[in-house]
Amino acid sequence: MKGTYRWVHWQERAVIVVFFTCAFVSVATTLAIAISLGVEAIGFFREVPLIRFLTEREWTPLFAIKKFGILPLVCGTFLVAGIAMIIAIPMGITIATYLAEYASERVRRLLKPVIEVLAGIPSVLYGYFALLFVTPLLQKFIPTLSGFNALSPGIVLAFMVLPTIASLSEDIIYAVPQSIREASLALGATKLQTTFRAVLPAAASGINAAILLGFSRAIGETMLVTIAAGQIPNLTINPLEPIQTMTAYIVQVSLGDVPHGSLEYQTIFAVGLSLFLITLVFNLLGLFLRERFIRTFQQLG
Amino acid sequence: MEVAIEARLQQEAAIRRRKREIWMERIFLSLAWVALLITMTVLLAILGKLFADGLTRINWQFLTSFPSRRPEAAGIFSAWVGTIYVMGLTAAIALPFGVGAAIYLEEFASRNWFTRLVELNINNLAGVPAIIYGLLGLQFFVRWFKMGESVLAGACTLALMSLPVIIVASREALRAVPNSIREAALALGATKWQTVRDHVLPLAIPGILTGTILALSRAIGEAAPLVTIGALTFVAFLPKSPLDPFTVLPIQAYNWVSRPQPEFHRNAAAALIVLLALLLLMNSIAIYLRNRYQQRWRI
Repeated sequence: MKGTYRWVHWQERAVIVVFFTCAFVSVATTLAIAISLGVEAIGFFREVPLIRFLTEREWTPLFAIKKFGILPLVCGTFLVAGIAMIIAIPMGITIATYLAEYASERVRRLLKPVIEVLAGIPSVLYGYFALLFVTPLLQKFIPTLSGFNALSPGIVLAFMVLPTIASLSEDIIYAVPQSIREASLALGATKLQTTFRAVLPAAASGINAAILLGFSRAIGETMLVTIAAGQIPNLTINPLEPIQTMTAYIVQVSLGDVPHGSLEYQTIFAVGLSLFLITLVFNLLGLFLRERFIRTFQQLG
Repeated sequence: MEVAIEARLQQEAAIRRRKREIWMERIFLSLAWVALLITMTVLLAILGKLFADGLTRINWQFLTSFPSRRPEAAGIFSAWVGTIYVMGLTAAIALPFGVGAAIYLEEFASRNWFTRLVELNINNLAGVPAIIYGLLGLQFFVRWFKMGESVLAGACTLALMSLPVIIVASREALRAVPNSIREAALALGATKWQTVRDHVLPLAIPGILTGTILALSRAIGEAAPLVTIGALTFVAFLPKSPLDPFTVLPIQAYNWVSRPQPEFHRNAAAALIVLLALLLLMNSIAIYLRNRYQQRWRI
Protein backbone atom coordinates (compact mmCIF):
# COMPACT_ATOMS: atom_id res chain seq x y z
CA MET A 1 0.00 0.00 0.00
CA LYS A 2 2.76 2.37 1.01
CA GLY A 3 4.76 1.37 -2.07
CA THR A 4 1.80 2.15 -4.35
CA TYR A 5 1.39 5.52 -2.73
CA ARG A 6 5.04 6.35 -3.17
CA TRP A 7 4.88 5.27 -6.82
CA VAL A 8 1.84 7.46 -7.44
CA HIS A 9 3.53 10.38 -5.73
CA TRP A 10 6.67 9.92 -7.77
CA GLN A 11 4.63 9.63 -10.94
CA GLU A 12 2.88 12.88 -10.14
CA ARG A 13 6.18 14.72 -9.90
CA ALA A 14 7.65 13.18 -13.04
CA VAL A 15 4.55 14.07 -15.01
CA ILE A 16 4.76 17.73 -14.07
CA VAL A 17 8.38 17.85 -15.19
CA VAL A 18 7.47 16.23 -18.52
CA PHE A 19 4.61 18.64 -19.20
CA PHE A 20 6.65 21.61 -18.08
CA THR A 21 9.28 20.58 -20.62
CA CYS A 22 6.63 20.49 -23.34
CA ALA A 23 5.53 24.02 -22.44
CA PHE A 24 9.16 25.06 -22.41
CA VAL A 25 9.57 23.90 -26.01
CA SER A 26 7.65 26.98 -27.11
CA VAL A 27 10.03 29.27 -25.25
CA ALA A 28 12.94 27.29 -26.66
CA THR A 29 11.53 27.80 -30.16
CA THR A 30 11.70 31.56 -29.74
CA LEU A 31 15.24 31.27 -28.42
CA ALA A 32 16.16 29.00 -31.33
CA ILE A 33 14.77 31.56 -33.80
CA ALA A 34 16.83 34.29 -32.16
CA ILE A 35 19.98 32.14 -32.14
CA SER A 36 19.66 30.81 -35.69
CA LEU A 37 18.99 34.27 -37.12
CA GLY A 38 21.44 36.01 -34.82
CA VAL A 39 24.50 33.83 -35.36
CA GLU A 40 24.51 34.18 -39.15
CA ALA A 41 23.39 37.81 -39.04
CA ILE A 42 26.35 38.67 -36.79
CA GLY A 43 28.65 37.04 -39.32
CA PHE A 44 26.97 39.10 -42.03
CA PHE A 45 27.22 42.40 -40.17
CA ARG A 46 30.90 41.75 -39.54
CA GLU A 47 31.43 41.93 -43.32
CA VAL A 48 28.79 44.53 -44.12
CA PRO A 49 28.39 47.40 -41.65
CA LEU A 50 24.85 47.96 -40.41
CA ILE A 51 24.83 51.49 -41.77
CA ARG A 52 25.43 50.24 -45.33
CA PHE A 53 22.72 47.62 -44.87
CA LEU A 54 20.21 50.25 -43.85
CA THR A 55 21.11 53.15 -46.15
CA GLU A 56 22.38 51.75 -49.44
CA ARG A 57 19.77 51.88 -52.16
CA GLU A 58 20.64 48.72 -54.06
CA TRP A 59 20.43 45.01 -53.20
CA THR A 60 22.70 42.90 -55.43
CA PRO A 61 24.41 40.29 -53.21
CA LEU A 62 24.29 37.66 -55.95
CA PHE A 63 25.98 39.84 -58.59
CA ALA A 64 29.66 40.52 -59.21
CA ILE A 65 29.39 44.04 -57.81
CA LYS A 66 27.76 43.40 -54.47
CA LYS A 67 25.50 45.99 -52.85
CA PHE A 68 23.81 45.26 -49.55
CA GLY A 69 21.10 47.87 -49.08
CA ILE A 70 17.94 46.19 -47.79
CA LEU A 71 15.78 49.22 -48.70
CA PRO A 72 14.53 47.82 -52.04
CA LEU A 73 13.39 44.57 -50.39
CA VAL A 74 11.67 46.40 -47.52
CA CYS A 75 10.08 48.79 -50.00
CA GLY A 76 8.80 45.89 -52.16
CA THR A 77 7.45 44.10 -49.10
CA PHE A 78 5.58 47.13 -47.82
CA LEU A 79 4.31 48.00 -51.30
CA VAL A 80 2.61 44.63 -51.77
CA ALA A 81 1.38 44.50 -48.16
CA GLY A 82 0.18 48.10 -48.42
CA ILE A 83 -1.90 47.40 -51.54
CA ALA A 84 -3.37 44.39 -49.77
CA MET A 85 -4.27 46.39 -46.68
CA ILE A 86 -5.90 49.22 -48.67
CA ILE A 87 -8.37 46.63 -49.93
CA ALA A 88 -8.55 44.28 -46.94
CA ILE A 89 -9.09 46.81 -44.14
CA PRO A 90 -12.29 48.49 -45.39
CA MET A 91 -13.70 45.23 -46.72
CA GLY A 92 -12.80 43.28 -43.62
CA ILE A 93 -14.27 45.78 -41.18
CA THR A 94 -17.43 46.26 -43.26
CA ILE A 95 -18.00 42.52 -43.42
CA ALA A 96 -17.20 42.09 -39.73
CA THR A 97 -19.59 44.89 -38.71
CA TYR A 98 -22.34 43.50 -40.91
CA LEU A 99 -21.95 39.95 -39.63
CA ALA A 100 -21.75 40.95 -35.98
CA GLU A 101 -24.43 43.66 -35.85
CA TYR A 102 -26.87 43.14 -38.71
CA ALA A 103 -26.79 39.58 -40.04
CA SER A 104 -29.15 37.00 -38.57
CA GLU A 105 -27.58 34.19 -36.60
CA ARG A 106 -28.20 31.83 -39.52
CA VAL A 107 -26.48 34.06 -42.10
CA ARG A 108 -23.61 34.63 -39.68
CA ARG A 109 -23.08 30.92 -39.11
CA LEU A 110 -23.24 30.29 -42.84
CA LEU A 111 -20.94 33.07 -44.06
CA LYS A 112 -18.20 33.07 -41.45
CA PRO A 113 -16.86 29.59 -42.34
CA VAL A 114 -17.00 30.47 -46.06
CA ILE A 115 -14.78 33.50 -45.45
CA GLU A 116 -12.46 31.39 -43.32
CA VAL A 117 -12.06 28.95 -46.24
CA LEU A 118 -9.98 31.70 -47.87
CA ALA A 119 -7.48 31.35 -45.02
CA GLY A 120 -7.13 27.63 -45.68
CA ILE A 121 -6.19 27.91 -49.35
CA PRO A 122 -2.47 27.16 -49.85
CA SER A 123 -0.43 30.22 -50.77
CA VAL A 124 0.98 28.53 -53.88
CA LEU A 125 -2.58 28.41 -55.23
CA TYR A 126 -2.99 32.13 -54.52
CA GLY A 127 0.26 32.66 -56.42
CA TYR A 128 -1.00 30.56 -59.32
CA PHE A 129 -4.20 32.62 -59.40
CA ALA A 130 -2.35 35.95 -59.24
CA LEU A 131 0.18 35.09 -61.94
CA LEU A 132 -2.06 33.30 -64.42
CA PHE A 133 -5.47 34.92 -63.86
CA VAL A 134 -5.29 38.33 -62.17
CA THR A 135 -2.21 39.65 -63.97
CA PRO A 136 -3.48 38.77 -67.51
CA LEU A 137 -6.87 40.22 -66.55
CA LEU A 138 -5.33 43.48 -65.32
CA GLN A 139 -3.12 43.70 -68.41
CA LYS A 140 -6.26 44.11 -70.52
CA PHE A 141 -6.98 47.35 -68.66
CA ILE A 142 -3.39 48.45 -67.93
CA PRO A 143 -1.28 47.56 -70.98
CA THR A 144 1.93 48.79 -69.31
CA LEU A 145 1.56 46.26 -66.49
CA SER A 146 4.58 43.99 -66.40
CA GLY A 147 4.14 40.20 -66.21
CA PHE A 148 5.56 40.29 -62.70
CA ASN A 149 4.32 43.23 -60.64
CA ALA A 150 3.33 44.32 -57.16
CA LEU A 151 -0.29 45.15 -58.00
CA SER A 152 -1.65 41.71 -58.84
CA PRO A 153 -0.18 39.82 -55.82
CA GLY A 154 -1.18 42.82 -53.67
CA ILE A 155 -4.81 42.45 -54.71
CA VAL A 156 -4.77 38.68 -54.22
CA LEU A 157 -2.97 39.03 -50.88
CA ALA A 158 -5.86 41.21 -49.72
CA PHE A 159 -8.18 38.21 -49.94
CA MET A 160 -5.64 36.04 -48.19
CA VAL A 161 -5.51 38.30 -45.12
CA LEU A 162 -9.20 39.24 -45.30
CA PRO A 163 -10.26 36.25 -43.16
CA THR A 164 -7.76 37.25 -40.46
CA ILE A 165 -9.06 40.82 -40.30
CA ALA A 166 -12.76 40.04 -40.80
CA SER A 167 -12.89 37.06 -38.48
CA LEU A 168 -10.87 38.59 -35.62
CA SER A 169 -12.76 41.92 -35.86
CA GLU A 170 -16.07 40.08 -35.98
CA ASP A 171 -15.22 38.21 -32.78
CA ILE A 172 -14.30 41.50 -31.14
CA ILE A 173 -17.39 43.44 -32.29
CA TYR A 174 -19.60 40.52 -31.27
CA ALA A 175 -17.97 40.56 -27.84
CA VAL A 176 -18.79 44.22 -27.15
CA PRO A 177 -21.12 44.08 -24.14
CA GLN A 178 -24.83 44.39 -24.86
CA SER A 179 -25.10 47.14 -22.21
CA ILE A 180 -23.24 49.53 -24.52
CA ARG A 181 -25.76 49.00 -27.33
CA GLU A 182 -28.67 49.29 -24.94
CA ALA A 183 -27.35 52.52 -23.44
CA SER A 184 -26.98 54.06 -26.88
CA LEU A 185 -30.40 52.91 -28.09
CA ALA A 186 -32.02 54.10 -24.86
CA LEU A 187 -30.65 57.59 -25.52
CA GLY A 188 -32.56 57.59 -28.80
CA ALA A 189 -29.78 56.68 -31.21
CA THR A 190 -30.71 54.62 -34.25
CA LYS A 191 -29.20 51.23 -34.91
CA LEU A 192 -26.71 52.67 -37.42
CA GLN A 193 -25.67 55.42 -35.01
CA THR A 194 -25.29 52.86 -32.26
CA THR A 195 -23.13 50.67 -34.49
CA PHE A 196 -20.85 53.43 -35.70
CA ARG A 197 -20.70 55.73 -32.69
CA ALA A 198 -20.95 53.32 -29.76
CA VAL A 199 -20.08 49.75 -30.75
CA LEU A 200 -17.23 50.32 -33.21
CA PRO A 201 -15.43 52.90 -31.02
CA ALA A 202 -15.73 50.47 -28.11
CA ALA A 203 -14.22 47.73 -30.28
CA ALA A 204 -11.54 50.02 -31.75
CA SER A 205 -8.54 48.60 -29.91
CA GLY A 206 -9.58 45.06 -30.81
CA ILE A 207 -10.13 45.97 -34.46
CA ASN A 208 -6.74 47.68 -34.57
CA ALA A 209 -5.27 44.48 -33.17
CA ALA A 210 -6.89 42.49 -35.99
CA ILE A 211 -5.51 44.93 -38.56
CA LEU A 212 -1.99 44.72 -37.12
CA LEU A 213 -2.06 40.92 -37.06
CA GLY A 214 -3.36 40.93 -40.65
CA PHE A 215 -0.60 43.32 -41.72
CA SER A 216 2.04 41.20 -40.07
CA ARG A 217 0.69 38.18 -41.95
CA ALA A 218 0.78 40.13 -45.22
CA ILE A 219 4.41 41.08 -44.66
CA GLY A 220 5.44 37.49 -43.94
CA GLU A 221 3.55 35.93 -46.85
CA THR A 222 5.98 34.15 -49.10
CA MET A 223 4.95 31.90 -51.99
CA LEU A 224 2.31 34.22 -53.43
CA VAL A 225 4.71 37.13 -53.81
CA THR A 226 7.56 34.88 -54.92
CA ILE A 227 5.44 33.53 -57.76
CA ALA A 228 3.69 36.70 -58.90
CA ALA A 229 5.74 39.75 -57.88
CA GLY A 230 9.06 38.86 -59.45
CA GLN A 231 12.68 38.53 -58.40
CA ILE A 232 13.98 42.03 -59.06
CA PRO A 233 14.89 44.14 -56.01
CA ASN A 234 13.50 47.45 -57.16
CA LEU A 235 13.33 50.60 -55.06
CA THR A 236 10.03 51.86 -56.41
CA ILE A 237 6.50 52.59 -55.33
CA ASN A 238 5.18 51.96 -58.82
CA PRO A 239 2.90 48.92 -58.46
CA LEU A 240 3.13 48.12 -62.18
CA GLU A 241 6.80 47.13 -62.04
CA PRO A 242 8.36 43.86 -60.91
CA ILE A 243 9.75 43.98 -57.37
CA GLN A 244 11.17 41.56 -54.83
CA THR A 245 10.00 41.13 -51.25
CA MET A 246 12.17 40.07 -48.33
CA THR A 247 10.49 36.66 -48.26
CA ALA A 248 10.91 36.16 -52.01
CA TYR A 249 14.63 36.88 -51.71
CA ILE A 250 15.00 34.18 -49.04
CA VAL A 251 13.25 31.69 -51.33
CA GLN A 252 15.39 32.69 -54.31
CA VAL A 253 18.62 32.04 -52.40
CA SER A 254 17.26 28.84 -50.82
CA LEU A 255 16.50 27.42 -54.26
CA GLY A 256 19.93 28.21 -55.65
CA ASP A 257 22.99 26.34 -54.48
CA VAL A 258 24.73 28.91 -52.34
CA PRO A 259 27.32 27.18 -50.11
CA HIS A 260 26.44 27.12 -46.38
CA GLY A 261 28.45 29.68 -44.44
CA SER A 262 29.21 32.02 -47.36
CA LEU A 263 28.33 35.70 -47.27
CA GLU A 264 25.46 35.10 -49.73
CA TYR A 265 24.13 32.43 -47.39
CA GLN A 266 24.36 34.83 -44.47
CA THR A 267 22.33 37.47 -46.33
CA ILE A 268 19.13 35.42 -46.01
CA PHE A 269 19.55 35.40 -42.24
CA ALA A 270 20.16 39.14 -42.16
CA VAL A 271 17.00 39.62 -44.26
CA GLY A 272 15.16 37.05 -42.11
CA LEU A 273 16.19 38.86 -38.94
CA SER A 274 14.86 42.16 -40.34
CA LEU A 275 11.59 40.46 -41.32
CA PHE A 276 11.32 38.82 -37.90
CA LEU A 277 11.86 42.11 -36.06
CA ILE A 278 9.30 43.96 -38.21
CA THR A 279 6.61 41.31 -37.69
CA LEU A 280 7.53 41.05 -34.00
CA VAL A 281 6.72 44.74 -33.48
CA PHE A 282 3.37 44.39 -35.24
CA ASN A 283 2.50 41.15 -33.43
CA LEU A 284 3.33 42.43 -29.96
CA LEU A 285 1.46 45.69 -30.57
CA GLY A 286 -1.53 43.71 -31.85
CA LEU A 287 -1.47 41.33 -28.88
CA PHE A 288 -1.19 44.27 -26.48
CA LEU A 289 -4.21 46.01 -28.01
CA ARG A 290 -6.29 42.82 -27.96
CA GLU A 291 -5.38 42.23 -24.34
CA ARG A 292 -6.44 45.78 -23.51
CA PHE A 293 -9.79 45.30 -25.24
CA ILE A 294 -10.46 42.07 -23.34
CA ARG A 295 -9.43 43.59 -20.01
CA THR A 296 -11.59 46.71 -20.49
CA PHE A 297 -14.73 44.68 -21.02
CA GLN A 298 -13.99 42.08 -18.39
CA GLN A 299 -14.18 44.92 -15.88
CA LEU A 300 -17.53 46.01 -17.33
CA GLY A 301 -18.75 42.46 -16.85
CA MET B 1 -48.35 81.32 -34.29
CA GLU B 2 -44.56 81.61 -34.39
CA VAL B 3 -44.25 78.72 -31.98
CA ALA B 4 -46.37 76.50 -34.22
CA ILE B 5 -44.17 77.21 -37.24
CA GLU B 6 -41.09 76.55 -35.17
CA ALA B 7 -42.48 73.18 -34.05
CA ARG B 8 -43.48 72.30 -37.58
CA LEU B 9 -39.99 73.12 -38.88
CA GLN B 10 -38.41 71.03 -36.17
CA GLN B 11 -40.66 68.11 -37.00
CA GLU B 12 -39.76 68.33 -40.68
CA ALA B 13 -36.06 68.45 -39.85
CA ALA B 14 -36.47 65.37 -37.70
CA ILE B 15 -38.20 63.53 -40.55
CA ARG B 16 -35.42 64.56 -42.94
CA ARG B 17 -32.81 63.31 -40.48
CA ARG B 18 -34.63 60.07 -40.12
CA LYS B 19 -34.88 59.62 -43.89
CA ARG B 20 -31.19 60.33 -44.27
CA GLU B 21 -30.51 57.84 -41.54
CA ILE B 22 -32.50 55.16 -43.37
CA TRP B 23 -30.59 55.87 -46.57
CA MET B 24 -27.26 55.66 -44.78
CA GLU B 25 -28.27 52.33 -43.35
CA ARG B 26 -29.24 51.08 -46.80
CA ILE B 27 -25.93 52.26 -48.23
CA PHE B 28 -23.98 50.52 -45.47
CA LEU B 29 -25.88 47.27 -45.94
CA SER B 30 -25.36 47.37 -49.73
CA LEU B 31 -21.65 47.99 -49.21
CA ALA B 32 -21.48 45.01 -46.89
CA TRP B 33 -23.25 42.82 -49.43
CA VAL B 34 -20.96 44.05 -52.20
CA ALA B 35 -17.92 43.19 -50.05
CA LEU B 36 -19.30 39.72 -49.35
CA LEU B 37 -20.18 39.24 -53.01
CA ILE B 38 -16.66 40.21 -54.12
CA THR B 39 -15.18 37.80 -51.59
CA MET B 40 -17.35 34.92 -52.81
CA THR B 41 -16.58 35.79 -56.44
CA VAL B 42 -12.84 35.68 -55.77
CA LEU B 43 -13.18 32.34 -54.01
CA LEU B 44 -15.18 30.93 -56.93
CA ALA B 45 -12.77 32.45 -59.47
CA ILE B 46 -9.79 30.81 -57.76
CA LEU B 47 -11.46 27.42 -57.74
CA GLY B 48 -12.92 27.88 -61.24
CA LYS B 49 -9.56 28.81 -62.76
CA LEU B 50 -7.86 25.93 -60.96
CA PHE B 51 -10.33 23.26 -62.04
CA ALA B 52 -10.62 24.60 -65.59
CA ASP B 53 -6.85 24.36 -65.99
CA GLY B 54 -6.03 21.22 -64.12
CA LEU B 55 -8.94 18.82 -63.81
CA THR B 56 -8.45 17.12 -67.17
CA ARG B 57 -4.76 16.57 -66.41
CA ILE B 58 -5.46 14.32 -63.44
CA ASN B 59 -5.26 10.64 -64.28
CA TRP B 60 -3.62 7.49 -63.05
CA GLN B 61 -0.39 8.19 -64.95
CA PHE B 62 -0.15 11.66 -63.31
CA LEU B 63 -0.54 10.23 -59.83
CA THR B 64 1.99 7.44 -60.32
CA SER B 65 4.76 9.15 -62.33
CA PHE B 66 7.84 10.93 -61.15
CA PRO B 67 8.57 14.49 -62.32
CA SER B 68 9.99 14.80 -65.80
CA ARG B 69 11.38 17.30 -68.26
CA ARG B 70 8.47 16.53 -70.56
CA PRO B 71 5.30 17.98 -69.07
CA GLU B 72 3.00 15.25 -70.44
CA ALA B 73 5.11 12.49 -68.87
CA ALA B 74 5.52 14.24 -65.51
CA GLY B 75 3.62 13.27 -62.39
CA ILE B 76 3.33 13.86 -58.70
CA PHE B 77 4.13 10.45 -57.25
CA SER B 78 7.09 11.61 -55.16
CA ALA B 79 5.25 14.81 -54.21
CA TRP B 80 2.12 13.28 -52.74
CA VAL B 81 3.98 10.45 -51.06
CA GLY B 82 6.37 13.06 -49.60
CA THR B 83 3.46 15.19 -48.42
CA ILE B 84 1.84 12.31 -46.56
CA TYR B 85 5.19 11.16 -45.16
CA VAL B 86 6.08 14.64 -43.86
CA MET B 87 2.57 15.15 -42.50
CA GLY B 88 2.56 11.88 -40.56
CA LEU B 89 5.94 12.56 -39.05
CA THR B 90 4.97 16.15 -38.22
CA ALA B 91 1.87 14.94 -36.40
CA ALA B 92 3.89 12.34 -34.49
CA ILE B 93 6.30 15.03 -33.29
CA ALA B 94 3.93 17.93 -32.72
CA LEU B 95 1.00 16.17 -31.07
CA PRO B 96 2.70 14.95 -27.85
CA PHE B 97 4.50 18.24 -27.28
CA GLY B 98 1.39 20.29 -28.06
CA VAL B 99 -0.88 18.27 -25.80
CA GLY B 100 1.76 18.17 -23.06
CA ALA B 101 2.17 21.93 -23.12
CA ALA B 102 -1.60 22.44 -23.13
CA ILE B 103 -2.06 20.08 -20.16
CA TYR B 104 0.66 21.88 -18.26
CA LEU B 105 -0.84 25.32 -18.92
CA GLU B 106 -4.46 24.32 -18.27
CA GLU B 107 -4.19 21.78 -15.48
CA PHE B 108 -0.92 22.23 -13.61
CA ALA B 109 0.54 25.71 -14.04
CA SER B 110 0.01 28.30 -11.38
CA ARG B 111 -0.65 31.83 -12.52
CA ASN B 112 2.83 33.30 -12.32
CA TRP B 113 5.19 35.28 -14.52
CA PHE B 114 6.51 32.17 -16.23
CA THR B 115 3.04 31.07 -17.30
CA ARG B 116 2.32 34.56 -18.61
CA LEU B 117 5.61 34.52 -20.50
CA VAL B 118 4.81 31.15 -22.08
CA GLU B 119 1.34 32.35 -23.10
CA LEU B 120 2.60 35.59 -24.62
CA ASN B 121 5.31 33.60 -26.34
CA ILE B 122 2.84 31.12 -27.85
CA ASN B 123 0.65 33.96 -29.12
CA ASN B 124 3.63 35.65 -30.68
CA LEU B 125 4.94 32.43 -32.24
CA ALA B 126 1.57 31.99 -33.95
CA GLY B 127 2.27 35.23 -35.80
CA VAL B 128 5.87 34.53 -36.82
CA PRO B 129 6.07 34.17 -40.64
CA ALA B 130 6.37 30.58 -41.85
CA ILE B 131 9.59 31.32 -43.68
CA ILE B 132 11.30 32.28 -40.39
CA TYR B 133 10.61 28.73 -39.18
CA GLY B 134 12.31 27.62 -42.37
CA LEU B 135 15.46 29.57 -41.46
CA LEU B 136 15.32 28.07 -37.96
CA GLY B 137 15.02 24.58 -39.42
CA LEU B 138 17.83 25.20 -41.91
CA GLN B 139 20.21 26.32 -39.19
CA PHE B 140 19.29 23.90 -36.39
CA PHE B 141 17.95 20.72 -37.96
CA VAL B 142 19.67 20.68 -41.34
CA ARG B 143 23.09 22.04 -40.35
CA TRP B 144 23.71 21.74 -36.59
CA PHE B 145 21.77 18.51 -35.95
CA LYS B 146 23.09 17.16 -39.28
CA MET B 147 19.73 15.83 -40.46
CA GLY B 148 20.42 17.14 -43.97
CA GLU B 149 17.60 18.20 -46.30
CA SER B 150 15.53 15.26 -45.09
CA VAL B 151 11.94 14.34 -44.33
CA LEU B 152 12.85 14.43 -40.64
CA ALA B 153 14.24 17.97 -40.81
CA GLY B 154 11.11 19.08 -42.69
CA ALA B 155 8.80 17.42 -40.19
CA CYS B 156 10.63 18.96 -37.21
CA THR B 157 10.36 22.39 -38.83
CA LEU B 158 6.65 22.05 -39.58
CA ALA B 159 6.06 20.61 -36.10
CA LEU B 160 7.53 23.71 -34.44
CA MET B 161 5.47 25.87 -36.79
CA SER B 162 2.16 24.17 -35.96
CA LEU B 163 2.82 23.82 -32.21
CA PRO B 164 1.28 27.18 -31.21
CA VAL B 165 -1.98 26.38 -33.02
CA ILE B 166 -2.11 22.86 -31.56
CA ILE B 167 -1.46 24.18 -28.04
CA VAL B 168 -4.20 26.81 -28.30
CA ALA B 169 -6.71 24.30 -29.70
CA SER B 170 -5.82 21.67 -27.08
CA ARG B 171 -6.19 24.20 -24.27
CA GLU B 172 -9.64 25.10 -25.51
CA ALA B 173 -10.59 21.43 -25.65
CA LEU B 174 -9.35 20.89 -22.08
CA ARG B 175 -11.11 24.02 -20.86
CA ALA B 176 -14.38 22.77 -22.33
CA VAL B 177 -14.36 19.79 -19.94
CA PRO B 178 -16.50 20.91 -16.99
CA ASN B 179 -14.86 21.33 -13.63
CA SER B 180 -17.38 19.03 -11.96
CA ILE B 181 -15.62 16.09 -13.66
CA ARG B 182 -12.28 17.09 -12.14
CA GLU B 183 -13.85 17.72 -8.77
CA ALA B 184 -15.59 14.35 -8.79
CA ALA B 185 -12.34 12.53 -9.53
CA LEU B 186 -10.34 14.51 -6.98
CA ALA B 187 -13.02 14.02 -4.35
CA LEU B 188 -12.73 10.24 -4.80
CA GLY B 189 -9.03 10.50 -4.00
CA ALA B 190 -7.50 10.55 -7.47
CA THR B 191 -4.32 12.54 -7.86
CA LYS B 192 -4.13 15.42 -10.29
CA TRP B 193 -2.41 13.34 -12.95
CA GLN B 194 -4.84 10.45 -12.51
CA THR B 195 -7.70 12.91 -12.92
CA VAL B 196 -6.23 14.35 -16.10
CA ARG B 197 -5.20 10.99 -17.55
CA ASP B 198 -8.35 9.02 -16.81
CA HIS B 199 -11.07 11.65 -16.98
CA VAL B 200 -10.18 15.01 -18.49
CA LEU B 201 -7.95 13.94 -21.37
CA PRO B 202 -10.26 11.24 -22.81
CA LEU B 203 -13.08 13.78 -22.95
CA ALA B 204 -10.86 16.40 -24.58
CA ILE B 205 -9.29 14.13 -27.21
CA PRO B 206 -11.83 14.78 -30.02
CA GLY B 207 -11.34 18.52 -29.64
CA ILE B 208 -7.58 18.12 -29.54
CA LEU B 209 -7.58 15.97 -32.67
CA THR B 210 -9.83 18.42 -34.50
CA GLY B 211 -7.46 21.29 -33.70
CA THR B 212 -4.40 19.26 -34.59
CA ILE B 213 -5.77 18.18 -37.96
CA LEU B 214 -6.64 21.78 -38.81
CA ALA B 215 -3.15 22.94 -37.76
CA LEU B 216 -1.56 20.20 -39.88
CA SER B 217 -3.63 21.09 -42.91
CA ARG B 218 -2.38 24.67 -42.58
CA ALA B 219 1.20 23.49 -42.28
CA ILE B 220 1.14 21.08 -45.17
CA GLY B 221 -0.18 23.67 -47.62
CA GLU B 222 2.73 25.94 -46.78
CA ALA B 223 5.72 25.51 -49.07
CA ALA B 224 7.91 28.35 -47.78
CA PRO B 225 9.57 26.71 -44.75
CA LEU B 226 10.32 23.51 -46.65
CA VAL B 227 11.78 25.42 -49.59
CA THR B 228 14.00 27.26 -47.14
CA ILE B 229 15.35 24.14 -45.47
CA GLY B 230 16.27 22.94 -48.95
CA ALA B 231 13.58 20.43 -49.92
CA LEU B 232 14.21 19.54 -53.53
CA THR B 233 12.04 20.49 -56.47
CA PHE B 234 12.94 17.53 -58.65
CA VAL B 235 12.73 14.20 -56.86
CA ALA B 236 12.59 11.06 -59.00
CA PHE B 237 12.46 8.58 -56.13
CA LEU B 238 10.44 7.91 -53.01
CA PRO B 239 11.91 8.67 -49.58
CA LYS B 240 12.58 5.34 -47.87
CA SER B 241 13.78 6.52 -44.48
CA PRO B 242 13.15 9.75 -42.55
CA LEU B 243 16.67 10.85 -43.49
CA ASP B 244 16.05 10.80 -47.26
CA PRO B 245 15.53 13.93 -49.33
CA PHE B 246 11.96 14.64 -50.39
CA THR B 247 9.55 17.00 -52.06
CA VAL B 248 5.93 17.91 -51.31
CA LEU B 249 2.92 18.90 -53.41
CA PRO B 250 3.08 22.69 -52.91
CA ILE B 251 6.78 22.76 -53.78
CA GLN B 252 6.20 20.63 -56.88
CA ALA B 253 3.36 22.96 -57.89
CA TYR B 254 5.52 26.03 -57.26
CA ASN B 255 8.27 24.57 -59.43
CA TRP B 256 5.84 24.01 -62.30
CA VAL B 257 4.16 27.41 -61.96
CA SER B 258 7.49 29.17 -62.21
CA ARG B 259 8.29 27.59 -65.59
CA PRO B 260 7.27 29.41 -68.76
CA GLN B 261 5.51 26.55 -70.61
CA PRO B 262 1.71 26.46 -70.24
CA GLU B 263 1.80 22.64 -70.19
CA PHE B 264 3.66 22.81 -66.89
CA HIS B 265 1.09 25.30 -65.59
CA ARG B 266 -1.57 22.66 -66.22
CA ASN B 267 0.50 20.19 -64.23
CA ALA B 268 0.75 22.73 -61.41
CA ALA B 269 -3.02 23.19 -61.41
CA ALA B 270 -3.54 19.44 -61.30
CA ALA B 271 -1.07 19.08 -58.42
CA LEU B 272 -2.86 21.87 -56.54
CA ILE B 273 -6.22 20.14 -57.06
CA VAL B 274 -4.77 16.99 -55.49
CA LEU B 275 -3.42 19.10 -52.61
CA LEU B 276 -6.82 20.76 -52.14
CA ALA B 277 -8.50 17.36 -52.17
CA LEU B 278 -6.13 16.22 -49.43
CA LEU B 279 -6.82 19.35 -47.35
CA LEU B 280 -10.56 18.91 -47.88
CA LEU B 281 -10.32 15.31 -46.71
CA MET B 282 -8.46 16.36 -43.56
CA ASN B 283 -10.93 19.13 -42.81
CA SER B 284 -13.86 16.76 -43.31
CA ILE B 285 -12.32 14.34 -40.83
CA ALA B 286 -11.87 17.21 -38.37
CA ILE B 287 -15.48 18.35 -38.76
CA TYR B 288 -16.72 14.77 -38.51
CA LEU B 289 -14.78 14.24 -35.27
CA ARG B 290 -16.15 17.48 -33.87
CA ASN B 291 -19.76 16.64 -34.68
CA ARG B 292 -19.50 12.98 -33.73
CA TYR B 293 -17.93 13.46 -30.32
CA GLN B 294 -19.00 16.93 -29.36
CA GLN B 295 -20.44 16.67 -25.86
CA ARG B 296 -23.31 18.75 -24.65
CA TRP B 297 -22.71 19.22 -20.97
CA ARG B 298 -25.65 19.46 -18.67
CA ILE B 299 -24.59 20.94 -15.39
